[in-house]
Amino acid sequence: MGKRIGIENSLAAAEAIMMANVDVVAAYPITPQTHIVEHLSELVADGELDAEFIPVESEHAAMSVCCGSSAVGARTFTCTSSQGLALMNEIVFIAPSLRLPIVMILANRSMSGPLSIWNDHTDVMSIRDCGWIQVFTENGQEIFDHVMFAFRVAEDPKISLPLIVNVDGFTLTHVIEPIEYWDQETVTKYLPDFKPVNVLDPDHPVTMGAFGMPSIFTEAKKSQDQALINSKPGIVQAWEEMGKLTGRHYRPVETNCAEDAETVFLTMGSFGETVSIAVDELRKQGKPVGQIKIRLWRPFPFEEFRQAVQGVKKIIIVDRAISYGGPGGPVAGEIRSLLYGEDNMPVITNFLCGLAGRDVTPEDYIAMYEKSEAMKGIVREEDYIFYGVRE
Amino acid sequence: MVKSEEELSWKDLGVGCVVNEPGNASQYKTGDWRSIRPVWDKEKCIRCGVCYLFCPDMAIGKTGEGYFETDLYYCKGCGICVQECITGCIKMVEEEE
Amino acid sequence: MIEVRFHGRGGQGAVTSAELLASAAINEGKYAQAFPSFGPERRGAPVIAFCRIDDKPIRIRTNIYHPDLVLVLDPSILRIVNVSNGLKEDGILITNTRYSGEEIRKELGIKHTLATVNATLIATEEMGLPITNTTMLGSLLKARNILPADSLIGPLNKRFGRIAQKNINAFQRAYKETDILI
Repeated sequence: MGKRIGIENSLAAAEAIMMANVDVVAAYPITPQTHIVEHLSELVADGELDAEFIPVESEHAAMSVCCGSSAVGARTFTCTSSQGLALMNEIVFIAPSLRLPIVMILANRSMSGPLSIWNDHTDVMSIRDCGWIQVFTENGQEIFDHVMFAFRVAEDPKISLPLIVNVDGFTLTHVIEPIEYWDQETVTKYLPDFKPVNVLDPDHPVTMGAFGMPSIFTEAKKSQDQALINSKPGIVQAWEEMGKLTGRHYRPVETNCAEDAETVFLTMGSFGETVSIAVDELRKQGKPVGQIKIRLWRPFPFEEFRQAVQGVKKIIIVDRAISYGGPGGPVAGEIRSLLYGEDNMPVITNFLCGLAGRDVTPEDYIAMYEKSEAMKGIVREEDYIFYGVRE
Repeated sequence: MVKSEEELSWKDLGVGCVVNEPGNASQYKTGDWRSIRPVWDKEKCIRCGVCYLFCPDMAIGKTGEGYFETDLYYCKGCGICVQECITGCIKMVEEEE
Repeated sequence: MIEVRFHGRGGQGAVTSAELLASAAINEGKYAQAFPSFGPERRGAPVIAFCRIDDKPIRIRTNIYHPDLVLVLDPSILRIVNVSNGLKEDGILITNTRYSGEEIRKELGIKHTLATVNATLIATEEMGLPITNTTMLGSLLKARNILPADSLIGPLNKRFGRIAQKNINAFQRAYKETDILI
């Protein structure tokens, strides 16, 4: 392994992308993703990274360029956040339907309004069903590792799908912490050259993005859905191989003290680390509490999730986005649905918190635990709770 | 195409539904969209080729004698050739005739 | 774990100061975290930044509410922000000021241990600019020996290149000239 350095996570991410030998970067700067894109453009301008940096006029153009460059067989990266993702939205759905293995870091941020630049998961939930592989990271090291993982998985010829690495805006993007870099040799070993399944090449013409009549559209979508579902073994394998190379072991669903837990917290992203402190504290008090973290959000790891909640009586789901007028936060909605009809179905309490960067401390999680313990059974009117909202 | 679209199962579709058989649009029969077809009057035709230039489907071609005619596999019967013809030598006739 | 809160004004380098401290700790083999109080950058507005240092991996990702050390880069902040808010009882308030610790204690009624240094003067004399972020790090390490003083030399050189030596001089002078009032 390479050197251990103290660096801002965004800069480390950009350098990981450089080490992954990216060919094309097309991105438009937006807070809190900016430092990643700025540093990539610096690396290209300074001649350290031999890639095309395409300064596009909008995120819509960024993703369009990415589709084009990926289609001709170039290793392609982009990066956005919130409103940028919203502007990009139209093309975000096209990339997976064309099976273009673009890698995107999404610096998670709330969607306006009120105008806000701070971190939550509203942006990623707005494209929950876009068809990309989606993973979450908890710290700088995980971001660095998942850049390598992202290219390897997306470009795996058995997968060939775009991939989003979710990185909490500010909470992760603007933090300096120690990161163990990979050495170039390890990167090369882990990440083979990009050999695209389909290539746009004038000498061997093909049509990409043909229209689909109602008579074929359903089949096209089934084939796309199946491709995403089938990507899971390759994803797991990529994590296992990384574990062998780095000693850091990632899984679709990760647990902490969950084996004998009666109540578990469920989080995605950087909140998991802070929750672990609350879990330690509650364990000290003799409470049978654990935690579950969803690392792989799409394709959803059903089997691993059901395994992780075996014997659990209550799940406290921490949602960081709102489904207005819906059945709770988007994560809770899904978990309820996937556990429906299971024997010994756990009770689910759902807290919406950490919206637009509001701090959630270990004490807050302990308070959520206590509130949830006081709730008996399924309380319909409290299907979801805005934690800490001023009444 | 090996199978018509209606016969394809999702498993028959390639990665990204890429069409890797270039130029297969030529297999698409647009001729059956037509209810009227163009007919040339060789007496009036000056073989200028304006009909050939304007045909949006590139269905019109030149015969050995230098006159023009349409390929009925593709001709949709739009009548643009009639509109553009300088001498008025093209007439649309009902398919049923 | 040592938690440090930095107070400054936008543009004075409070965030850089937190970054340099974290980098030095990481170079020493420790774990550290530095981050700004997230938000739009506004030159001149009172801002805060944070740094955590520990011997084991740091898992918490919240703001710092009960710091061990508070570092004030700009003396004018003392009168508009409650800088000792949440400071642990045995914590230290380290501030740039031309007044003595006794005078600050009397004026602001701060009960904590005080470390004072005229960083504006030092920075102006050593660097020709009243930017005190690197100067105040000298004072911080004097007030509590969380890292060896020379651990900052590497990060300062890396960050400032040609003008690093001036920053190092200011840093070292502040280390010598800081007064501690228990």
